[in-house]
Amino acid sequence: MYNFNFQSASSLDDAAAKLAAAEDGTVIAGGQTLLPVLKQRLANPSDVVDLSGIADLKGIKAGADSVTIGAMVTHAEVAGSSDVPAALRAVAEGIGDPQVRNRGTLGGSVANNDPAADYPAALLGLGATITTNQRDIAADDFFTGLFETALNDGEIIKSVTFPNATKAAYAKFPNPASRYAMVGVFVAQAADGVRVAVTGATECAHRGPKLEAALSGNWSADALDGISIPPEHLNSDIHASAEYRAHLVVVMAKRAVAAAG
Amino acid sequence: MPTVSMTVNGQAVSGEVEDRTLLVEFIRENLNLTGTHVGCDTSQCGACVVHVNGDSMKSCTMLAMQANGAEVTTIEGLAQGGEMHPMQQAFHDNHGLQCGFCTPGMLMSAIDLVAKNPDPDETTIREQLEGNICRCTGYHNIVKAVQQAAKTMGG
Repeated sequence: MYNFNFQSASSLDDAAAKLAAAEDGTVIAGGQTLLPVLKQRLANPSDVVDLSGIADLKGIKAGADSVTIGAMVTHAEVAGSSDVPAALRAVAEGIGDPQVRNRGTLGGSVANNDPAADYPAALLGLGATITTNQRDIAADDFFTGLFETALNDGEIIKSVTFPNATKAAYAKFPNPASRYAMVGVFVAQAADGVRVAVTGATECAHRGPKLEAALSGNWSADALDGISIPPEHLNSDIHASAEYRAHLVVVMAKRAVAAAG
Repeated sequence: MPTVSMTVNGQAVSGEVEDRTLLVEFIRENLNLTGTHVGCDTSQCGACVVHVNGDSMKSCTMLAMQANGAEVTTIEGLAQGGEMHPMQQAFHDNHGLQCGFCTPGMLMSAIDLVAKNPDPDETTIREQLEGNICRCTGYHNIVKAVQQAAKTMGG
């Protein structure tokens, strides 16, 4: 790991000021991805600004029709919170292993936008809103590419608000070694319609319009019979071919619908 | 170089570190507490698990500066007054180790597991030890040890 200046931020404004003053600064949340990246010398930031001391980024607030989760809330806290809907708790409980869940955070996962991360599917599937120190961003506009998001330089996630759904569930086929999703599908039925989000299959999580159309008319696993996902542009690696991932998208979508009831 | 201060196994400690120093490096190299192991250094194996403010974490994937002000417990902090912790005793009784390299991390994870699941079934134990890799035992006796310790720790 290259050396850097470690700085602790006391507030969001303080973090933004420290980032702005740094030559090439980055923020650290739980560090469960950033630290492995730094160890491999894949990044060389001049400054690492720690967000763990910012009270505004903590806590889970349940509203009448949504739940708002602070960016620094860990996966273990989400998994164990009675204020969080079951489908979202299950997403958090399935990330990594217990030690990773004790440190990894919602904001860190969302900002990193790993192509196989679980949370992006939940945000897209529930139509969440990402609140930053600058603005609100709809999940549909947030995940823009491979490790790319709509966040500007110096923009820091404050919280994510998840609207309640009538029915929702997530099903993933985890890589047995890393527990990252080879394919994960989040399905939700809400007042404004059906949403389906797929992670692990392409450069970042995305909506599944074909699956949404089929489920809008008939909310059942059977409604997805006969749907095929073209393997072109799907990820292909040593763990799974594009064709296998295409198959998994439909299988995971069916399992998610069955689990949602 | 910055100074980091924390409580380790009940004792206040501090030391000069580089900004990039990992918690496990501070524990092993500054404090000479070499019971915490580095197996993979890539957050996979769990040999470096310690407790930070009561939760099990991988000390190879945490900066020493991130533990500034924290309460840390390592494997050296488990035995009290010459008596092994019930989890250590259970690993001994059930032969829950062979080479022993993974054992410190396995114990730290297992203690957190039982603290959060006082009466775990076999499936829960296996799932909750997902972050700890043992290449010798096949896990069977480790699971038996955790089951025994859960009874002792609960009672």
